[in-house]
Amino acid sequence: MNELRVSVSPHLRGPRTTQNIMLDVLIALCPAFIASVILFGWRSILLTAVSAAACVACEYIWERLMKKPVTVGDLSAVVTGVLLAFNVPASMPVWELIVGDIVAIVCVKMLFGGIGCNFVNPALVGRVVMFFSFTGDMTNYQFPSVTAGRVDALSSATPLAAIRAGELNWDYFGRLLLGTHGGVLGETCAIALIAGGVYLCVRKVIKPIIPLAYLGSTLVFGWIFGSSQPVLAVFSGGLLLGAIFMATDYVTSPTTNLGKLVFGLGCGLLTAMMRTFASSAGAVTFSILLMNLVVPYINDLTAPKPFGGVEAK
Amino acid sequence: MEKELEGRNVNLPKLHGAHVPHRKNTAGCAPVRMPVPASVTIPMSMHIGAPAVPTVKVGETVKVGQLIAAPGGFVSSPVYASVSGKVKKIDDMLMSTGRFMKAVTIEADGEQQVLETLAPPDVTDLASFLNAVRDSGVVGLGGAGFPTAVKLSVKDLKQVEAVIINGAECEPYVTSDTRTMLDDADWIRQGIELLQKYMQVPRVIIGIENNKPQCVKTMSDMAAKLKNVEVKALPPLYPQGGEKVLIYNTTGRIVPEGKLPLDAGAIVINCTTLAAIAKYVATGMPLVEKVVTVDGSAVKEPRNVIAPIGASMQSLFDFCGGFREEPRKVLYGGPMMGIAVPNTEFPVMKNTNAILALGEKDAVLPEPTACIRCGRCVDACPLNLMPAAIEAAYNRRDVDKLRALHANLCMECGCCSFACPAKRMLVQTNKLAKGLIMADNAKKKAEAEEKAKKAREKAGKEAAVK
Repeated sequence: MNELRVSVSPHLRGPRTTQNIMLDVLIALCPAFIASVILFGWRSILLTAVSAAACVACEYIWERLMKKPVTVGDLSAVVTGVLLAFNVPASMPVWELIVGDIVAIVCVKMLFGGIGCNFVNPALVGRVVMFFSFTGDMTNYQFPSVTAGRVDALSSATPLAAIRAGELNWDYFGRLLLGTHGGVLGETCAIALIAGGVYLCVRKVIKPIIPLAYLGSTLVFGWIFGSSQPVLAVFSGGLLLGAIFMATDYVTSPTTNLGKLVFGLGCGLLTAMMRTFASSAGAVTFSILLMNLVVPYINDLTAPKPFGGVEAK
Repeated sequence: MEKELEGRNVNLPKLHGAHVPHRKNTAGCAPVRMPVPASVTIPMSMHIGAPAVPTVKVGETVKVGQLIAAPGGFVSSPVYASVSGKVKKIDDMLMSTGRFMKAVTIEADGEQQVLETLAPPDVTDLASFLNAVRDSGVVGLGGAGFPTAVKLSVKDLKQVEAVIINGAECEPYVTSDTRTMLDDADWIRQGIELLQKYMQVPRVIIGIENNKPQCVKTMSDMAAKLKNVEVKALPPLYPQGGEKVLIYNTTGRIVPEGKLPLDAGAIVINCTTLAAIAKYVATGMPLVEKVVTVDGSAVKEPRNVIAPIGASMQSLFDFCGGFREEPRKVLYGGPMMGIAVPNTEFPVMKNTNAILALGEKDAVLPEPTACIRCGRCVDACPLNLMPAAIEAAYNRRDVDKLRALHANLCMECGCCSFACPAKRMLVQTNKLAKGLIMADNAKKKAEAEEKAKKAREKAGKEAAVK
C-alpha cells in the first residue's frame, strides 16, 4: 500500500496513440500498395520495403548519433518511406530512392527536431530532390503489363500528358480508377487511394475537409482555366495520393476546420494553375509544399475564438 | 436575452468535448450505510474560502450533528460532528493539495447519538433561508466545495433568471448524484420549492445527461408536479456538468471570461447540494454524511456507500470487500478531474462524491512523446482553447502569448489530455501557465505600486523644495 502513484488529472487517457495513428495510415496505404504490386510487379515490393527500411534506419542512426531518445517505434518514418516509394516509377534505381529517404528524414525531419517539428512534408521534399537530381529516372514512367501492346492515349503518355494534349476522354475513366496506365508506383489506382482515404476518415485519423476541398477546387479551377478534362484530371497524376495522404499530414496542415478548408482550396488553386500554365509533373508536390509554408499564417488567422473569451483592453 | 432563455437554441454552435467511457457500474446500487468507523478525521477546510474554526476542545464529548467548528469568515462553512464520541485530537493533517490543515479527530463510541437539541430551523423569509443554508454546512457537493449560502447571497434577486440544477454527472464511474435523483427526488422537490418561495426563482432547469434515462424520468415526473420546472436531457458528452458548459447547453448563454454565472443570469446548483439543503430545513440535521461511490478496477465490490464525513478512504474500501488487486492510484472524485492521493488514510469530505482505487492497468502513467500537431486537443476543448499552443507558449514562458490564448479560461476538465495521442500533460501545463500569469500579474501590480510610490515621493520632494 505504500506505492500509490500521484499525478495531475486526468487519470483516464483516450485510446489513440501516435503509433496507432501511424499504423492506421499504413493500413490505409495497403490497398494502393497491393494495386502497385499487381500493376507494376515485384519491384514495387522491393522499392517500398527498401524505402521504409531506409527511413527507419536514418531516423534510428541519427538519434543514436545525436544521443536522443529513439522514436522509430512511432512508425512515422515507415509512413514517410512508403509515401516516398509511392512517388517513384517502378524502374527507379534503389540507391536513388535511398538518397530521397535520407533527404526526407535527415534534412527535413530530424534537423528540424524530429516528429512534429518539420515545417514541410518530408516525403515531398525527398521527392523534389530526387526529381531534380534524377529527372530521367523519376520520369521514366512504367506501364502496367496489362497495357502492353495496346496503342491508345494511355499507352505512351501519362493521363495528365494526355489531358494536356486533349487526347483523353471518358472512355478512359475506368482505367483511371483501376490504375492501368503509366505513372509512379502508388498514384495510379484511384479506387485503392480513395478506399484508403475513406478508411482514414472512418477511423477519424483525418477529417475529409482537406482532401475534398483540394480535389473539389482542383476540379473547379481546372474547369475555369480551361482544362480539356477537369473531372478526369482529378483522378490523374499524383493528385489523389497527394490530397489524401500528403496534404493531410498533421504537422504541415492547419489545425482548425476553417484553416483546413483554406489550405485545401489553396492547394487546389495552385495545382490547377500549375497543371494548366506550367508543367503538369510535380504540380501536386509543389502546391502542397507551398501551402505548407503558409500554414503558420493560416493557423494564426483561423484560430478558434475562446468560449466566453474577452479580448484584453 | 429573454428569448435566449426560452431554451437551447438549436442553431447555437455545439461545444466540443470528449467521449469518455461512462463506467457507471454502480448506478444500480442503492446506497448502503457503512458501519460507524472507529474514528473520523474532519478537516476544517472542506470548502473554498476561509477554514472553519474549531469550537470544541480535546476530550470533549460530541454527538452527531453537533457544531465542532464555526465559519472562519463570510466565505466559509460550519462543520458538524458526523459521529458521536470523544474529541481525540485537533491537529494539522496533510491535505490532498499538499498543504497542512487543522482537523478534528473524533473517536466514535459507535452509538451515533444524535444531538437532542437538533430542530428544524425557523425559515420565514430570504434572510432566514440563507441563514439556514449557511448553518446546514452545505457546500458545492458536486466537487467544487463553494459555500452554497455565499452562492445564493445575491444582491438583487432579479438577477437570477434561472437556477440550473446540475444532474449531469459527466465524470466516469461516479453515480452518487444519480442515486440522489433516484432516491431523494422528494428532497430535490422540496429544495426547488424553497428556492421558488424564498428567492422567487422564475425558472428552474434540471440538466441531466441522457445516459441516465431513469433519472430523466424520475426528475420529469417530479417536475410535472411543480411550476416552471423543466428537465433537459443532454447528450452524454464530457464535460456536460461543467458550470459554463451546462449553462450554455441549457440556456444558450455564455458566461464571459472572468465573470460569474450570475452575470449570465444563472445559478448552478448540484442536485445533491439542493437535496442536502432541503433535508436540513425539514429536519435540522446538517451535512454530516455523504453518499460516496466507491469504484475502480482495484475495488472488490464497487457500490455506493453512505459514509460519515471524516471516515477514512480505507474504511470505505474495507466496507466494499477490500481490494481485488493492489491499488496503484487512489482518487478523490472521478478520473477526469479527481485528485490523486498518496495513501488511503485521507478522509471523506463534504465535497467527496466518489473515491476510486485503480489497479495497475488503469494507473499507468503514459510517457509523453512529441506533439504531432494533430489538433485533437483543439477539437476536444469545450472552451475552444488551443491547449498545444498554450503548452508551447508556456515552455517559452511567453506570458503575453498565454494571455492572448486565454489560458486562464481553462477549467482543467481534462479533455485535451484525454484526446492527446502523444499523451502530453496538457492540463498540468495549463495549471502551470495559469500560475505564470498570476505571478506576472502580481509582479506588474507591485511594479506599478512602486512607480506610483516613487512618483508620490518625487512630487512630495518637489513640493518641499518650493
